Amino acid sequence: MVTRVLTVSLLAGLLAGLLISALQHVTTTPLILKAETYEAALRAQPAPMQAAFNGEARIHLAHGPAAHGDKGVGDEHEWKPQDGFQRTAFTSLVTIGTAIGFAALLLAGMIAVNERIDERRALAWAVCGFLAFGLAPAMGLAPELPGAAAAELQHRQLWWLMTAAVTAGALFVFLRVEASWARALAVLALLLPHLIGAPHPAAPESRVPAEIAAHFAALSLAIQAALWLATGFAVGVLWPWAARRSAATAAA
Amino acid sequence: MNTATVTSQASVSERAKAVAAALILGFVLVYTVGFAASANVHNAAHDARHGLAFPCH
Repeated sequence: MVTRVLTVSLLAGLLAGLLISALQHVTTTPLILKAETYEAALRAQPAPMQAAFNGEARIHLAHGPAAHGDKGVGDEHEWKPQDGFQRTAFTSLVTIGTAIGFAALLLAGMIAVNERIDERRALAWAVCGFLAFGLAPAMGLAPELPGAAAAELQHRQLWWLMTAAVTAGALFVFLRVEASWARALAVLALLLPHLIGAPHPAAPESRVPAEIAAHFAALSLAIQAALWLATGFAVGVLWPWAARRSAATAAA
Repeated sequence: MNTATVTSQASVSERAKAVAAALILGFVLVYTVGFAASANVHNAAHDARHGLAFPCH
């Protein structure tokens, strides 16, 4: 069964990941590249002022590059994929990795509660996966383009993980436990991360036009939904196939 | 009862092992692609992290 879990995760993730990579290539990635031109313009523009005015320099720090060693000062020394084919290839590879990871988590949940794995059920679990890992965290931390102001990375990652875990658990309890007190608790748990609130920066500072950012946020959520659905569907199709195959080899 | 029905009725310990394997694979992959702090991993994953709305930068 372990072999089947790994096989189905890998294959389902590969198929869904490839499909979504192609979608990303024509939807979200062009917007990221566009946003980077605004980010680069912002970086280039106030450079002489930086030395003269402390305030400018501080804005730059809050912007992220120096603090995270990501872009900016130490940029040239760090490896990063070259624009063009290499960059696209890495983005696709990482998307496939994400899809394999989601497929494995989906299977873990379904096998843990002894759910029958078929197309419809796997799709239903994938919808809940998107709600827990995509939509709920995005309500606090909206999908962001490069250049947007953001609170400290670790705090956001922690809130993201906490929200995804709590939402997944709450959805499961609400859908699978009959007791009304448990359901009430589940609704409360769904709200809890948003009552606590996601970490946000003091002031917005992105120079990327709001139209582009809004378009990106919507596209990103749609792409995530598509990634979950494609992964769930592939798991639902491949699992019975793998089960039949292992049954056939066992019988032979 | 033939072999097919026996193999489809997985034992609890077999299921536990499968769940553990799936959880490890899932968490390791999602952590690496979405959360790992290494600069190289971040740069390679940059566009996908933004595109899939993982916290980035």
